[in-house]
Amino acid sequence: MIVHDNEPGLMKGNEALAESALRAGLQAYFGYPITPQSEILEYLTAEGAQRGCVVLQAESELAAINMVYGASGAGARVMTSSSSPGISLMQEGLSYMASAQLPCLVVNVNRGGPGLGTIQPAQGDYFQATKGGGHGDYHLIVLAPSTVQEMADFVFDAFQLAEKYRNPAMILADGALGQMMEKVILPKQGSLPNLPRPWATTGKPSDRERNIITSLFIQPEKMEQVNLVLQEKYARLQEEVRFEALQTEGAEILLVAYGLSARICQKALELARAKGIKVGLLRPITLYPFPSAALSDLAENVGAILTVEMNAGQMVEDVRLAVNGRRPVLFLGRMGGMIPSPEDVLNELEVMTDRLVPQEERS
Amino acid sequence: MEHVATSVDGMELVYERPSTLTDTPMHYCPGCAHGVVHRVLMEVIQEMGIQDRTVGVAPVGCSVFAYNYMNIDMQEAAHGRASAVATGIKRILPDRFVFSYQGDGDLAAIGTGETIHTANRGENILVVFINNAIYGMTGGQMAPTTLLGMVTSTTPYGRESAVMGFPLKITDLVAQLPGAYYVTRQSVHTPTAARKLKKAIRNSLEYQKQNRGTCFIEVVSNCPSGWKMTPRESNEWMEKNMFPFYPPGDLKIPRG
Repeated sequence: MIVHDNEPGLMKGNEALAESALRAGLQAYFGYPITPQSEILEYLTAEGAQRGCVVLQAESELAAINMVYGASGAGARVMTSSSSPGISLMQEGLSYMASAQLPCLVVNVNRGGPGLGTIQPAQGDYFQATKGGGHGDYHLIVLAPSTVQEMADFVFDAFQLAEKYRNPAMILADGALGQMMEKVILPKQGSLPNLPRPWATTGKPSDRERNIITSLFIQPEKMEQVNLVLQEKYARLQEEVRFEALQTEGAEILLVAYGLSARICQKALELARAKGIKVGLLRPITLYPFPSAALSDLAENVGAILTVEMNAGQMVEDVRLAVNGRRPVLFLGRMGGMIPSPEDVLNELEVMTDRLVPQEERS
Repeated sequence: MEHVATSVDGMELVYERPSTLTDTPMHYCPGCAHGVVHRVLMEVIQEMGIQDRTVGVAPVGCSVFAYNYMNIDMQEAAHGRASAVATGIKRILPDRFVFSYQGDGDLAAIGTGETIHTANRGENILVVFINNAIYGMTGGQMAPTTLLGMVTSTTPYGRESAVMGFPLKITDLVAQLPGAYYVTRQSVHTPTAARKLKKAIRNSLEYQKQNRGTCFIEVVSNCPSGWKMTPRESNEWMEKNMFPFYPPGDLKIPRG
């Protein structure tokens, strides 16, 4: 549980996240400028040194993630942040960190793509974030904030999970959450305990074997064993699944959306309820692990599901896997930095309502 | 020196494995310089008594398994990223001795950016750079330091500057940077050369203790397997062909 300060303030999402990271006992940050997340680097270069945090602007995202690797291996609570193209450059390093079982926090303030794309908010990096992103069989722990408050809070959750499971964690935000100002009550300084890290390379004393941080296991038998350890970890991780269910009781249509899309859906839900359409909302908070079981249960009692994303349809694949063909799963999305409006979602809900199979006729 | 002359079966013990090397047969090819450089480096760490305060970084290349032999805490790094990983370690543990141990492909091709910027920041680390002008681990392909005319598996007719550019004297580049404190080029093909390298490593770690900046040691090396020569031939070839282009000696020494 996070202990908060008493006084609310007004902050940008990126700055709230950066301040929260310092309060979480961040020991090192390595980053490279890219819009729309540069405020994190700027905030930390201004504040970090005087609060005991190593802050270094790296020569590239490649260098940044590998500095994170080194610092994490040396036992530090460490993070980096970037936006979509920069996160792509970090994928090799994240694969190495997952294999070497090094905890860290990576913040992706998602912008529109593919390619250099646009600096406007998007959710096009869902696949990359949740399915591994780099080479090999691994996952990041992925948290999706939908408010500036959660930008701050999830820093604590992400570090706690990353360190408990010795796995990189990602906060998957977007350009709007990074840039907008909202009321936020910051977590208290120093309220996140540090786990012992006996595996860290801090210099080998005479009374222990040498510590080695590596992702190289040249014998296939050993490499398979490492993979089995990772898979067992991901199985345990399912206990950490987090989601928010809003007005799902008695709902005829279930909206599924995360992050900024979930806020748009929340407004659409209010508009639809005012028109007598029974709509509920499932907001996955952990995108990995994905709340498949909760979604499967909710699907039993609704007529149809509408997934709303700021991409061409990525999370909808996980929604369809969880629903497994029992209900129609529709998709509404905008791409390339465009944001769907609550009215867009409402229109789709109205069309769906007209086509709903009556409850007594459902299998 | 921790070596204490002891008597074994009536004979005086004058030479032994330092405690900073593990009792593991090395995978390096016969005649390869890596084994000697490993030993010299670990001898210095034993003699300085800093085994408990040293962290090494070995990236992709023949020496990626250095942690099997060096009895210290180590991190394996992605190809080209050793100096970035070492930066991360050193920034968190500024009172530890941190070194990276990199080959020519790693340091001077895929990792050129990290190499230059690490030295330009003057990170207080030691970079040991093994230059044998070839990619050993992947089977003898052209390296950034491959000499003109040199035959490798990807320059089967010899390296041509018009197509493959020129051998990169990255150590000369590093020496230009204000953050680089001590830059030297050494070898290990004779006992005298190995002793000089040892002195250079010792100096580098003493400078690191004083937070002087980046110390950079190139070791011009052979690769008998990659060059398709016997160990003796490869050392002769190295002296005849490598040394004129990569002359051993100091490139930058501290003033005063």
